[in-house]
Amino acid sequence: MSTKANDLVQCEACNPVEQFLRVDRIPHIWCPGCGIGTTVNCFTRALIDSKVDLDNLVVVSGIGCTGRVAGYVNLDSFHTTHGRAIPFATGLKLANPKLNVIVYSGDGDLSAIGGNHLIHAARRNINLKVICVNNLIYGMTGGQTAPTTPDHIITSTSPYGTFDPNFNLPHLVEAAGAVYVARWTTFHVRQLAKSIQEAFAKQGFSFIEIISPCPTLYQRRNKMGDGLAAMKYYKEVSKVKNGCPTSEVGLTKAGEIIVGKFVDRDRPDYLELMRAQMHESLGDRYVESWDREGEECECHS
Amino acid sequence: MAKGVVTIVVERCKACGFCVEFCPTNVLALSSAFNSKGYHPPHVVNAEKCSGCDLCGMYCPDFAIFGRRVKTESQPQPGKEVADAR
Amino acid sequence: MHADPAGVLTGVHFIDGDHACCEGCLAAGARFASGYPITPSTEVVERFASRIPTVGGVFIQMEDELAASITMQGAVWAGAKGFTVTSGPGFSLMMEHIGYAAMTETPCVFFDVQRGGPSTGLPTLPAQADMMQARWGSHGDYMIIAVCPNSPQECFDLTIKAFNFAERYRVPVMVMLDEVVGHMTEKVVIPEPDKIEIEPRRHTKLPPGEYKLYGTNGDMVPDMVHAGEGYRFHVTGLTHDERGYPNMTPKVQDSLIRRLKDKVTRAYDDVVLFDEQDTADADVVVVCYGITSRVAQRAIDMAHAKGLKVGKFRIITAWPFPERQIRALADKVKAFVVPELNLGQMVYEVERCAAGKARTVHVPHAGGSVHKPEDILKAIEEAIR
Repeated sequence: MSTKANDLVQCEACNPVEQFLRVDRIPHIWCPGCGIGTTVNCFTRALIDSKVDLDNLVVVSGIGCTGRVAGYVNLDSFHTTHGRAIPFATGLKLANPKLNVIVYSGDGDLSAIGGNHLIHAARRNINLKVICVNNLIYGMTGGQTAPTTPDHIITSTSPYGTFDPNFNLPHLVEAAGAVYVARWTTFHVRQLAKSIQEAFAKQGFSFIEIISPCPTLYQRRNKMGDGLAAMKYYKEVSKVKNGCPTSEVGLTKAGEIIVGKFVDRDRPDYLELMRAQMHESLGDRYVESWDREGEECECHS
Repeated sequence: MAKGVVTIVVERCKACGFCVEFCPTNVLALSSAFNSKGYHPPHVVNAEKCSGCDLCGMYCPDFAIFGRRVKTESQPQPGKEVADAR
Repeated sequence: MHADPAGVLTGVHFIDGDHACCEGCLAAGARFASGYPITPSTEVVERFASRIPTVGGVFIQMEDELAASITMQGAVWAGAKGFTVTSGPGFSLMMEHIGYAAMTETPCVFFDVQRGGPSTGLPTLPAQADMMQARWGSHGDYMIIAVCPNSPQECFDLTIKAFNFAERYRVPVMVMLDEVVGHMTEKVVIPEPDKIEIEPRRHTKLPPGEYKLYGTNGDMVPDMVHAGEGYRFHVTGLTHDERGYPNMTPKVQDSLIRRLKDKVTRAYDDVVLFDEQDTADADVVVVCYGITSRVAQRAIDMAHAKGLKVGKFRIITAWPFPERQIRALADKVKAFVVPELNLGQMVYEVERCAAGKARTVHVPHAGGSVHKPEDILKAIEEAIR
């Protein structure tokens, strides 16, 4: 028995998003004009349109504003430790390959403290869908510099302006081995939903970066207006360039934001490679998984 | 006859302005009313232009608004507003 | 329930402690391990990597201990029994995730094959200097169980106990061995699968909707579910209520943290294992554990040969500490002699429980080798005076 997203959207007067939310925990903690909620709408749209089996879906997040997404979605979800959503997700996936595992976390969590795990999971091509909401800052802790913060930005730990070069995340994950790499902004809601849907269908490590406003810290401290100002800015300076070489999509303080689907390639994912190698070395002796049917899980009679 | 109708969950709104800005047919505007948190939620000013595309719903970070298409035979209530959030 | 035969290598073996730990894991039903190489523990996962593909399961070598210590927890929530293996420097890296396992009540096992420290220290030589760290290493208030094997046979037996405790109390369990026990080769008897009792995952019988992630029913230990079964649960390391939802208030903190501690401490009689010999009319009791207990036995034999009344209290479960037994002995004996391969860790627990009623004589050792029996004997003789 499985639950398809479409089965739930029957109520005419219901916001289709609410079926996926823990409504008893709304309102959420995100600021006015923060884009994380917008990304959640796109995520749920992708769930509906791709008809994924919700019972098999797991959302794993780290720590940070985006990390709170796991707590608001009405799915099996794990709010793990800072930077370690990806290895936790790897454990879930390898122990139960039937699970559809989404990692939903922020730029600081995934690329700073979690950077090592990001590149290794991409290298291994673990079949995870990573949704990276990039608000160019550490929001939850009060607006510190992140590896993605562009140049000359005032943050609480760079009070005189940032000067260290920032990561080009699509380039990083492509080089590490990701098979699907896309970037959109929270302005590009339809394209983002479609990208997430494509990632669901992709076999292997998929990474979607979503540029999103942090009005309270990034925008306000740098006199860039509010969340709406950021959204209008995204609309104005974004250029859709599907297939653009990722080396060219770096972000600067006021430069253009290149969005699109940059990488969509095929290579065997980790489990495929593992099984192939084991079969080759062990032949009939290889036992892929333990006998779940034989396990007496219901021990309390 | 409007092809769509919008529902607004007034109490959830934080007046970010996304829905007003990005509605392709300018159906919405921020009202002068307040919700209990002191924000000005949007209201429908051009109901007949609503296509039910739900872009407002996709943009809203607070799950406070959504649009849907309606069958042309039925009589939609233009800009139905929901006073209380569940 | 009995052990799954697929993982049980029944027979008489001549293997070292590390290898015996691996066989214990397999016999206990562990089918997932995530590891990172570190001397002198690596052999545990090397053997697992070699064995698991024919038993059925997965080993993955992760990029660091931070990942290794949480990847297996993901596997646990997907339905597997999981573990990781390390030594001092890696143990330090794993502390955050030990706390996460305690907070989220994830049943899992951590092996620490202790070596000389601090820092890189002595990668190939023994110490017992992570004992306090096993109990207190992660931040905050939490409770773990730690066991100390002193032979390859015990590595096998106590590993199975460790997994059983982990499942029964939904707590991370540490197996604290040391480099000598890990690398000593001795006879290990692995029985038939139907002679090995295994604690299964305590999976709820309630349907979705009725089940509460951290609802308890008297024994303070909640039943578990796995991802992918339709329960739509949420696990977080934030202070949380019975539903698993973050609820960061002093009231919820108090009830949650106390339950995490009490569920283990009230299980004292089940989990506190020890080996007590000749303490009935002893003047002095040697309190020892791990490899030091083997040396101490030699010293005790030498003392007996001199006519001295010396008993032995071997700590098998280090945490929770065997308070009751030590307090009871403190009423009867003149002194405790506590040799350990560190400059003072478990001795302070002994001293605390002795509460001044008996002297506590410490026999420290900075690590790198084991004590000489003569040094322990000397301490016994001084204690008796």
